[in-house]
Amino acid sequence: MAEKKTLMQEFTKGIIKENPVLCLVLGTCPTLAVTTSASNAIGMGVAATAVLICSNAVISMLRKVIPDKVRIPAYITIIAGFVTIVQMFVKAFAPAINNSLGIFLPLIVVNCIILGRAEMYASKNPVLPSILDGLGMGVGFTAALLCMGIIRELFGAGSIFGIQLLPVQILIFILPPGGFFVFGILIAIANKLNTKAGKKVVTSPCQGCPMSSTCKSFECANKENNSNSKEVADNVN
Amino acid sequence: MLIKSLVSVFLAAILTENYVLCKFLGICPFLGVSKKLNTAVGMSVAVTFVMVLATAVTFPIYQYLLVPNDLSYLQTIVFILIIAGLVQLVEIVLKKYIPSLYQSLGVYLPLITTNCAILGVTMLVLQKVETTALYTYTYGHALINALGAGIGFLVAMVMFAGVRSRLESADIPKSLQGLPITLISASLVALSFLGFSGFVDKLIPLA
Repeated sequence: MAEKKTLMQEFTKGIIKENPVLCLVLGTCPTLAVTTSASNAIGMGVAATAVLICSNAVISMLRKVIPDKVRIPAYITIIAGFVTIVQMFVKAFAPAINNSLGIFLPLIVVNCIILGRAEMYASKNPVLPSILDGLGMGVGFTAALLCMGIIRELFGAGSIFGIQLLPVQILIFILPPGGFFVFGILIAIANKLNTKAGKKVVTSPCQGCPMSSTCKSFECANKENNSNSKEVADNVN
Repeated sequence: MLIKSLVSVFLAAILTENYVLCKFLGICPFLGVSKKLNTAVGMSVAVTFVMVLATAVTFPIYQYLLVPNDLSYLQTIVFILIIAGLVQLVEIVLKKYIPSLYQSLGVYLPLITTNCAILGVTMLVLQKVETTALYTYTYGHALINALGAGIGFLVAMVMFAGVRSRLESADIPKSLQGLPITLISASLVALSFLGFSGFVDKLIPLA
């Protein structure tokens, strides 16, 4: 019973408590770029979730085989393989989504959520929890994207999923500045809720970055961040 | 015509198609490393350098190796491996031969492999080959485009570092402190870049 409960926790933590977009602030590029409509957001979310589950599973299986020194290139190669497969599927079965996501579909390869979960979770845990972790994080990512997509589509085009609801259209919400603005407000809300619950808030995108352990650049290198990412890893374990 | 199109590609990459503010590529370093002017410049120079180098290598590989052999679906995996290898190579070469440059740029190199702006540029220039109808999009155009993208990144970073240094002394509501206010100011900077839309086409009419 206890075993089941922890597995359930692996799944649910990614959705709210450790939401990759709103709490860890990972994967900002696709979050800002593809959320111009709710359906795009779902397309991106599902594609990334599929890659995340598969790569987490394979990396977890190979975690004892991959030498520590070349682990990042090895992870990237595995992730790139799955991204290519997903790309072919989307091209074949949902060409409209393929056109609207454009370059951001292959760019899932460099999405830091996926590399981050590989580095922080899948490389240290057995296959089943890793799959659930990937699924949870993917659902959390999709939910955050959908939330942004709905807000931007509602205000920017007056519709949700293409169904006209509002008579006014504030075009700026669909344009790039609107993306930055809505994301800023959403993170402010998440921070407000987190401080109320007495949790730490993320102040820099470097904090959750999977590269922070290897990165020596000025703002990423300070000890606080390193201890933070260690904490996250410990919590996960 | 050739020079005109090159200039137009260059200016478009900096102003109207700015990779950070208009295309949302490379947001992580844009938000993470833009606090101080010198780190912002260092990161941008490193990004520009790798962007041009990566495009110089991937463009011919795609056009003359992958396409003729019907392997264009391997684009993603081949490009990311080339970029990872190149970044590693640049790091080794700089460390050995130009240690002073390595001191200033080397720290940013590990981050660059997973910077989506680099992979984005190498893929977008190849998309342009198929979609640009007004003139033939050559290897030169691709390199100029990559250089422009890097300089556009530099412009955005430097501008934003200035904005952020002003933010330091501002009185911000508690919930907006840190990342939220940074994103909202990025939104205003992006808004100013919208003013450039249509600018390059008007300035240098090609048709």
